[in-house]
Amino acid sequence: MNDMHVTRRNFLKITTTAAGGLMIGFSLPRLAEAAAEGGGGEINAWLTISPDNIVSIVTPQTEMGQGAFTAVPMMVAEELDIPWENVRHVAADANRHVNNNNLYTTTSTGGSTTVSRRHPYIMQAGASARERLRKAAADRWGVALETVVAKQGMLTSGDKSGTYGDFAADAAAVTLEQEPAIKAYGDWWLLGKDVKRLDVPTKTNGTAVYPIDVTVPGMVYAAVQSCPVPEGRLVSFDFEAIKAMPGVIAAVEMKQTKDVAAFTDMRSGVAVVAESWYQAKNALAVMPVVWDNGRGATMSYESQTAEAMSLISKPGTLVLNQDGNIGKNLDTGVNHDAVPGLIEASSKVVTGEVYSRPYETHSTMMPPCAVADVKDDRVDVWTFTQDIGRSLNEVADQLGRDAKNVFLHQTQLGGGFGGGFNMFVHRQAVAISAAIGKPVKVIYSREEDFAQDAQRPPVWGTYKAALGDDGLPVALVTHFVGEEKMPAFSQRGVANMPYLVPNRRHEYSAVQSHIPIGYHRAPGANSTGFIVEQMVDELAQAGGWDPLEWRIKMTEGNEPWQRVLLAMKEKSGWTTDLGRGEGMGCAVVESHGTIAGCVANVTISRRGQIYVDRLQFFINSGFVINPLNAREQAESSAIWELSHALYGGLDVRDGRVVNTNFDSYAMLRIADTPPQIDVHLEMSQDKWWGGLGEPAGPPTPPAVANAIFYATGTRVRTTPLSKASL
Amino acid sequence: MAITLNINGRDMAIDADPQMPLLWAIREKAGLTGTKFGCGIAQCGSCTVIIDGNAVRSCNTPVAAAVGKAIRTIEGVSENNDHPVQIAWQDLTVPQCGYCQSGQIMSAVALLERTPKPSDNEIDKAMAGNICRCGTYPRIRAAIHKAAELGKA
Repeated sequence: MNDMHVTRRNFLKITTTAAGGLMIGFSLPRLAEAAAEGGGGEINAWLTISPDNIVSIVTPQTEMGQGAFTAVPMMVAEELDIPWENVRHVAADANRHVNNNNLYTTTSTGGSTTVSRRHPYIMQAGASARERLRKAAADRWGVALETVVAKQGMLTSGDKSGTYGDFAADAAAVTLEQEPAIKAYGDWWLLGKDVKRLDVPTKTNGTAVYPIDVTVPGMVYAAVQSCPVPEGRLVSFDFEAIKAMPGVIAAVEMKQTKDVAAFTDMRSGVAVVAESWYQAKNALAVMPVVWDNGRGATMSYESQTAEAMSLISKPGTLVLNQDGNIGKNLDTGVNHDAVPGLIEASSKVVTGEVYSRPYETHSTMMPPCAVADVKDDRVDVWTFTQDIGRSLNEVADQLGRDAKNVFLHQTQLGGGFGGGFNMFVHRQAVAISAAIGKPVKVIYSREEDFAQDAQRPPVWGTYKAALGDDGLPVALVTHFVGEEKMPAFSQRGVANMPYLVPNRRHEYSAVQSHIPIGYHRAPGANSTGFIVEQMVDELAQAGGWDPLEWRIKMTEGNEPWQRVLLAMKEKSGWTTDLGRGEGMGCAVVESHGTIAGCVANVTISRRGQIYVDRLQFFINSGFVINPLNAREQAESSAIWELSHALYGGLDVRDGRVVNTNFDSYAMLRIADTPPQIDVHLEMSQDKWWGGLGEPAGPPTPPAVANAIFYATGTRVRTTPLSKASL
Repeated sequence: MAITLNINGRDMAIDADPQMPLLWAIREKAGLTGTKFGCGIAQCGSCTVIIDGNAVRSCNTPVAAAVGKAIRTIEGVSENNDHPVQIAWQDLTVPQCGYCQSGQIMSAVALLERTPKPSDNEIDKAMAGNICRCGTYPRIRAAIHKAAELGKA
């Protein structure tokens, strides 16, 4: 092992691999400090170069279809300058990460941040490796460093040449005087090109491994149930009643340690363990279980809606320019208290009705599942999580084990969409494995998934505005009601909307409930966008403005928005004047640093059936490193939101989710998919990095709803749109 | 009890309750995990396999109903991941999370064996039982058309 030197706060550690190749670990400031104190003996790797010039690149983020396992290798390969066909992907070792001061900075995977926020240190890892290879070649050849070119896996100087693999071992011993800067846009050879995701072939022949596919010798199966009314507690269960059923091995109580279980905390519940999962599920279904349903037992979505409607009819709490992005456009120079008076005094007032969006669930195609093997000296876990490091620490904490002896293995995930941040199935799996002394695979039934998921919370919103002589708003009061556990989810996209109304006041109220809520692809914007972007159309219509022209006018000087809006005007064939039953609608929502515009064409049949004929997207995320993946994600998030817009909506009665499988919670299917979806990447390029995994979702429902209005004259203010009478 | 299933052209002796859903026999007993569990009530299609040429939801098909029949799973589609449907799926980068795709591919293979050049409408009907939460439907539709072209060659 070769000790490396700290060149600056971002330093590198290099060693030769057993195969004689080069392993380069890029360390971040926190690790650098630890190393300087003598804790840096550990190797922490981002990439390995084998003697045959194959580069294995590590990804700390999880792959759930969004492309992390390709994007991270692309960013490293861009700097390293290695042919893409020489690149292999390696999942990060969570144990190494958590036991080395978060070696990879973070393993959290969400918020569309893998590229947008993490590219500086990921690209740096590749750049550092490249410069060490050049130095190694210069030293061996006895030539000046400036003459050595590293390109496409080859090092050359004059008539001398060799592969990266030839110099990998030498490069391990190199010290750089200065770390190189990462490349800027314009210098890229790989980033910006269409690259197929590396995980695709494993997903066409059944070889991709998900937690549900992992098998450990001696493994048994568990079906689980937590209280159907969230926050409720297990009182008792009667194992004697089921223990003679085929295959049944045990029943295990899962104990909740916190008064109120939030996020990934263990919830009070019970598991039945059997030789086969279907035996466990059947036995659990008939085992007598007594629950104390707790405070939520009488709540319903209907009662919650009544409460929200009551709150929204009264003044809410004033939201000021604070809290990061929330309210950034609520001008602090405005006398917010004077805004209602301005509206009352106006001769042209627009009073909005109440809009709403209901609860939605994640329903990832893979239900929550985990395999755990708890032994005396080590613990192995495979689980559904969007943060392997955090889940590992939670397992160690729950079992009272040293994190060094806990191994949480990264697999493919069958979806995520934010749901993988709030699961506690890893806790259940290790609790059961520890209790029975055997490895166990826990799988949720779909019904249990729907019942326990951290749902997307409902939102209600309304507004009142005064228009000036030019038909544009001069004063606007918005009032949104959200869930008190996540206030931001009802304010993103409205408090910080880009439309510059001179006098604004934004009010907020909250309902409370026992229903767990969490991140749900483009959280907040996914619901508020539906309300704001229909409000905008109503304001434009009241003022005699074309809705697209209104948006262009109201965002003057805002280059990222103008780029999107002007492209919509030029390329979409925009018109609000179509034949009877046909409509075109537009909407633009900013989320994750990306501005996404949608133009929807719909046809409404005489019987009121909605057909979404075409969706066109105009997206500005600043940069884009893989346009193919960007288009895939735009299509994906658009259909995700179209599904909720047309069919979604969870109902809650007696404190529990009522529709708990795909027969009662309908999903968009292939026949409902718009025949044409176009994705235009309108990039500002040299400006900033926005995310791309989510932003095309939020503008989709309001664009469709606006199109429905132009087709029918009916404004639909809630979802599912398919239940509207058209 | 001892049951013999013919999976991907091979007879496999398994010990299972005849009422055990075929899905769990395939996954737990035969060890073929490409076929997925999604809903348990034949609503999502993640568990789709082909039995005697028909796309079937294995999560609510008892093992007993599959005895003596030819069962095909994703693992039996091709040796080298090169069936026209698989090639089209790769060319058009259909899978995202990939969890539903074994079922999607099995439904597509069954469709193309019966209808070598399906229309959009026939595709919509044949694929109606398969949900994709990642929303890969536009690419599935295009890939089936492409596979139909590849299959002709």
